[in-house]
Amino acid sequence: MSADMFFMPAPERHFILKALQNRSFLIGLVITAAIALMALISLFWTPYDITRLQVAARMQGLSLSHPFGTDHLGRDILSMIMIGARNSIAVALVAVGIGFGIGVPLGALAAARGGWIDDALMRLNDVVFAFPALISAVMITAVFGPGAVNAIIAIGIFNIPVFARVARAGALSLWPREFVLAARAAGKGRVLITLEHILPNIMSLLLVQATIQFALGVLAEAGLSYLGLGAQPPMPSWGRMLFDAQTRIAVAPHLALFPGLAIVITVLGLNLLGDGLRDVLDPRLRHER
Amino acid sequence: MTAFLAKRLAVGLITLLAASVIVFSVLEILPGDPARIMLGMNASPDALEALRIEMGLDRPILARYLDWLAGMATGDFGRSYTYSSPVLDLVWERLAVSLPLAVFALSLSTLIAIPVGVFSASRRGSAADTITMGAAQVGVAIPNFWFALLLVYVFSVGLRLLPAGGFPGWGESWAQHWQAFKALILPAVALALPQAAILARVTRSAMVEVLGEDYIRTARAKGLPRTQVLWRHALRNAMIPVLTIMGLQLAFLLAGTIIIENVFYLPGLGRLIFQAISQRDLIVVEGVVMLLVASVILINFAVDICYAIVDPRLRAGR
Amino acid sequence: MNVFASALGAAAIVLASASGALSARTDLVLGVVLEPPHLDPTAGAAAAIDEIVYANIFEGLTRIGPKGEVLPALAESWEVSDDGKTYTFHLRQNATFHDGTSFDAEDVKFSLERAMAEDSTNAQKVLFSAIESVEVVDAATVRVSLKHPQGSFLYNLGWGDAVIVAPESAEGNKEKPIGTGPFKFQNWARGSSVTIVKNPDYWGEPVALERAEFRFIPDAAASVTALLSGDVQALPNMQAGDALPQIEADSRFKVVIGATEGETILAMNNGKEPLNDLKVRQAISHALNRDEIILGASSGHGVPIGSHFSPANEAYVDLTGLYPHDVEKAKQLLAEAGYPDGFSATLKLPPPNYARQGGEIIASQLREIGIELEIIPMEWAQWLEQVFTNKDYDLTIISHTEPNDINIYAREDYYFNYQNPEFNAVIEELELTADPAKRNELYGQAQRIIAEDAVNGFLFQLPKIGVWDAKLEGLWENSPIQANDLTKVRWTE
Repeated sequence: MSADMFFMPAPERHFILKALQNRSFLIGLVITAAIALMALISLFWTPYDITRLQVAARMQGLSLSHPFGTDHLGRDILSMIMIGARNSIAVALVAVGIGFGIGVPLGALAAARGGWIDDALMRLNDVVFAFPALISAVMITAVFGPGAVNAIIAIGIFNIPVFARVARAGALSLWPREFVLAARAAGKGRVLITLEHILPNIMSLLLVQATIQFALGVLAEAGLSYLGLGAQPPMPSWGRMLFDAQTRIAVAPHLALFPGLAIVITVLGLNLLGDGLRDVLDPRLRHER
Repeated sequence: MTAFLAKRLAVGLITLLAASVIVFSVLEILPGDPARIMLGMNASPDALEALRIEMGLDRPILARYLDWLAGMATGDFGRSYTYSSPVLDLVWERLAVSLPLAVFALSLSTLIAIPVGVFSASRRGSAADTITMGAAQVGVAIPNFWFALLLVYVFSVGLRLLPAGGFPGWGESWAQHWQAFKALILPAVALALPQAAILARVTRSAMVEVLGEDYIRTARAKGLPRTQVLWRHALRNAMIPVLTIMGLQLAFLLAGTIIIENVFYLPGLGRLIFQAISQRDLIVVEGVVMLLVASVILINFAVDICYAIVDPRLRAGR
Repeated sequence: MNVFASALGAAAIVLASASGALSARTDLVLGVVLEPPHLDPTAGAAAAIDEIVYANIFEGLTRIGPKGEVLPALAESWEVSDDGKTYTFHLRQNATFHDGTSFDAEDVKFSLERAMAEDSTNAQKVLFSAIESVEVVDAATVRVSLKHPQGSFLYNLGWGDAVIVAPESAEGNKEKPIGTGPFKFQNWARGSSVTIVKNPDYWGEPVALERAEFRFIPDAAASVTALLSGDVQALPNMQAGDALPQIEADSRFKVVIGATEGETILAMNNGKEPLNDLKVRQAISHALNRDEIILGASSGHGVPIGSHFSPANEAYVDLTGLYPHDVEKAKQLLAEAGYPDGFSATLKLPPPNYARQGGEIIASQLREIGIELEIIPMEWAQWLEQVFTNKDYDLTIISHTEPNDINIYAREDYYFNYQNPEFNAVIEELELTADPAKRNELYGQAQRIIAEDAVNGFLFQLPKIGVWDAKLEGLWENSPIQANDLTKVRWTE
């Protein structure tokens, strides 16, 4: 994510310096990087192989060999949390990608064309917005069966109108600006103007929104998994770990503690990152400070 | 104003119609035969066939869609396959839990969030502001079902102060009302916390923006007391984003409480629809989703009217 | 202010009622897992219906007792003809339905014929398949003629699907059940609970409870907290075995672990490659470690089984030693069958915990011998359609909770896809045999055949984990049929 920022066409180049002075951004970046690193490591190594169950060693407390204890099937909870991070990030990231990839072009198109296309797209947006998101996700997973991919689709669909709205609002505010009018006067087409002038200038806005949606995606994935509609075993997910822990909380509270903390810390990190980014990138807010 | 509202109303109706097509077609492709689910593993084929005909499942799709639409237009949402009682009756029964819970949670979150947001904004940059907003950041990040678990184990299992779940019904006497109210306290708190955190942040940022405006400075310069400026002038003008979020939150609370209803086994709308989906009681799913979509549209409509009330400029402008 | 005042009022009322309750309590709230779709046991297979109405609201000619024995109910006594084909039932004469209509032989004829009828929606029609005709001799006598002798006929009549209903009220039983039992239906708060109250006009011994409420708590964790907080006083079927230590440590509660009729099996599709190969099925049977499965899937409660038969039954034969846990043997068998490197298959799992958790354990155990299982969790709806109806599956885990149901292995077109004429012959003979000793012997043969054929992986007998207030007595310890019989339940002190 940080690599992308070098290509950001920000009006001022030294905003990285500014970013590093922003407390929210720094804390958020550190947390997010740590979670991402943990997920990355889990691809190659975890303390234990969680597909080999040691049922006899179930629900052990914290120890040197199992720093976070073991779950109801004798799996190492630290290993589960590490792999679960991968699952959370993957689901939320792809869901954001879907929302971004479909929503932004739609929003930009609506702003560029206006007229009935704008009207139709925005009405479609209203329809999606009017649907209760969680219930729709339950219906989607009922049709396609539970699983990480279907959780991604369910979360992704509801990201589309969010990005479409942000992109449209941002683009609409730019169309009457002088540099756009100049480009039009030079005979450039709407598509070209959108690509060359509009999108680069709303990118910071979209990036902030993407971070927020990422955090919401992690929460939504946890909720769906808690209901049994997210990633399926043997793939661990934080939400289902909490569900499994619920009946055992009085006997083995650590089962509920660590997955819950993992969710809170991840979402907190992403939100701080988003806030920090907004402060650094949003010129309007910057003027006020 | 009237023209504006009429347009919003028309848009709402079109949204509803589009939603009905989506809901109906999604449910048509749901795998699973409702008749088989009702009769179970050992049912004979002729018993299944008899039930399918009784349920009208043998008729063409379009005819069933049109019947359903016409029924809803006249207030008849059909009968539940599994409960064999009218869908509307089921919804009313569940609303007796869901609506008070939603209102309770929303009031709780508003009562906490707005003072906190205004306070933080008025002391921007202070240690108190930093701490409250830090707490709000954490609040936003806590999944409400995890928070609910913690509440249950502290207040129900540990202290035995409040029921861990279930809903005894509103009853007739004050004692019964109180029992019912008690059953909603923990769920409402669990729902309200993350919402309050979001609302506090929105309130603060809206207030910060308004407090920077010239007319506030003028008001202060005229010597009006600080609290009066804050609560009467600034808050009123900061209400638009706050109302928008509150509208979204109320809509969420009506339908999005499935998880909390599961934690506290409350017989609310969310659980009705969750059960109906897994039992393939399609007519219930269709009806409830349509009612929820309608209520979201209504809430948005109400928020629009509220905008006009708090901000007369909008009334004239649009 | 208002809220505060009403709170004080409420507290005062609670105190008043508490001090007034010096004599033993007469009310009870039971937590049950599932809400029934409706309340007519003659028109649905859901166990949740019987768990509320059986023996409480509805009665049959016979009934099943707490040990699985056949007891008289609405039939006071009966005679069986020498050829075993004619049953003459003498009925109770002072029984009435809850709506005041009297009970007589016409109701019996009506109920049985309704269940047998062409357009009947009775989920267990097969129970009545042997009946040739039902004849009213007089108001208190009914004669049932069978097409052929049926050893289990009196037992079949004790099922919830065979209860007696009245022609006047049968249609409304789904919403407002009207039977002859010691409790009357009072109220159904949908999504929440069903309440029944004492029937003052009951023909038999009056019940001790005035009022009982069945509260639906699908979530295992919620049921535990509800019990601990006193909201419910009994969980006849507790789902959360891992929370037991906490409850056992609490002197307010009694924990009773009994048996159900639920044979929990790893069902295999015998009609599909490579599971149609006996050696492959034997290899899987050897790869299963039952102790580990019982520990992880059922918190260590449950008796291992080696065939499809309840260890509580007197005809039970212990076959658990036939395929001991032996990974090397399993690998060798797999190699002999032509799969030295194992294979991949799907494992479709219905919602209950035993299936979901057992599935993860079994997947891990079969991985040891090279079989990679893809776990596919499903809702009941999908499971019924894909696995049970369309037989589109490789492996699944399921508990068969109907009592004495080994005969399903003889059914043609059943989802196991198992065919063995030798086994079918044993079941046919069993159908026609009434002599108990001979029946037990035949049951033994049947158990051995399916175990040797390794039709399914036989795992364990599902336990009935009952937890209730220590002052409560009379609830069933085992569950020979799906029921919560409250007729003998009372509060001590």
